[in-house]
Amino acid sequence: MKKIIRVGMADLKVAKNAEILTSLGLGSCVGIALYDKKSKVAGLVHIMLPYSAKIRDNKNPAKFADAGIKELVKQMTKAGANKYNITAKIAGGAQMFSFANSNNDLLTIGERNVAAVLKTLEELDIKLLGQDIGGNCGRSIDFCSDTGILNIRTIGSSNKQL
Amino acid sequence: MSFDIDQLSNLDLDILKEIGNIGAGNAATALSTMLNKTIDMNVPEVKVIDLKESSFFKDAETTVAGVYVEFYGDIKGTILFIIEEDTLGKMLSMLLPQPTELEIDKLSDVEVSALSEVVNILAGSYLMALNTFTGLRAYHTVPNLAVDMAAAILSVPIIEFSLYGDKAVFIESNLTDGTDNINNYFIFIPSVNSFPVLLQALLEVIK
Repeated sequence: MKKIIRVGMADLKVAKNAEILTSLGLGSCVGIALYDKKSKVAGLVHIMLPYSAKIRDNKNPAKFADAGIKELVKQMTKAGANKYNITAKIAGGAQMFSFANSNNDLLTIGERNVAAVLKTLEELDIKLLGQDIGGNCGRSIDFCSDTGILNIRTIGSSNKQL
Repeated sequence: MSFDIDQLSNLDLDILKEIGNIGAGNAATALSTMLNKTIDMNVPEVKVIDLKESSFFKDAETTVAGVYVEFYGDIKGTILFIIEEDTLGKMLSMLLPQPTELEIDKLSDVEVSALSEVVNILAGSYLMALNTFTGLRAYHTVPNLAVDMAAAILSVPIIEFSLYGDKAVFIESNLTDGTDNINNYFIFIPSVNSFPVLLQALLEVIK
């Protein structure tokens, strides 16, 4: 039985030795799965917000796209990954409820989360190998450190693999 | 002293629970009238959860219907009503003249509309009771429904808390018709800046 490591909201974990990283029920949050296929070190961060700079409480880097990805790269490197080999797959960033006339801009945070993730990956020169983003459905993901395959489950449609 | 949502005192928690009592009691009465059946709300709980551990359901991937309402005025926030398939079927069979076998991920227009109306009434009466008790006035938006994984639906109101800290706080009640079958959650979630307003208003009433 392979060990399964749960990654909660605003959380990040590194895995190796065929361990599996999982995040359940991503809504507007984005799961960023990073992988170095040579060392087979995998990392998953479950971010809630785009950028850390303007937020009062920014002690926890895993909350944010920009700080979270950077922290994950750092921890993966410590665990034996070579940062020049790291590639990315991402899932999430949905809008669960659609309002015609809400002025609550947090309802559309999914889109901004995805934009911040893509920008940060580009800045760090991390190649994006696959994405399943946007729409209006929740996603659960499993990321296998042995293969680098990201499995995505949604309700009402068949599973996807990136 | 500035307000810190991660550092609520026991008194604060008691007051928030009282808010739940006031609101939920009135909401249950309204639904009883509508269904012509005894409906109670159990004693509300104030939930303080770590973002990392926001597995509020036994199973985060359970398919649920979530109805989302925002309120605004003297206080702001969100009401989220979450209901599982079996309980929803039971509730709608009391409301609709010709109920059919319900499938939660294939709700008909009539079922969506009936569920939204129930939540509309619950939200309105909850806020009305708060207004009568504290003088704080709040209006609410039209309900919006999504059927999805429990964790994904619950994450929507939790996002706002992440701007301020590592915990989310909300007041949860459940509707019950006296049987054990209460797989529904009526969740009242003031926005972080509305917590001090609510606490202050209630304290003044108690004095």
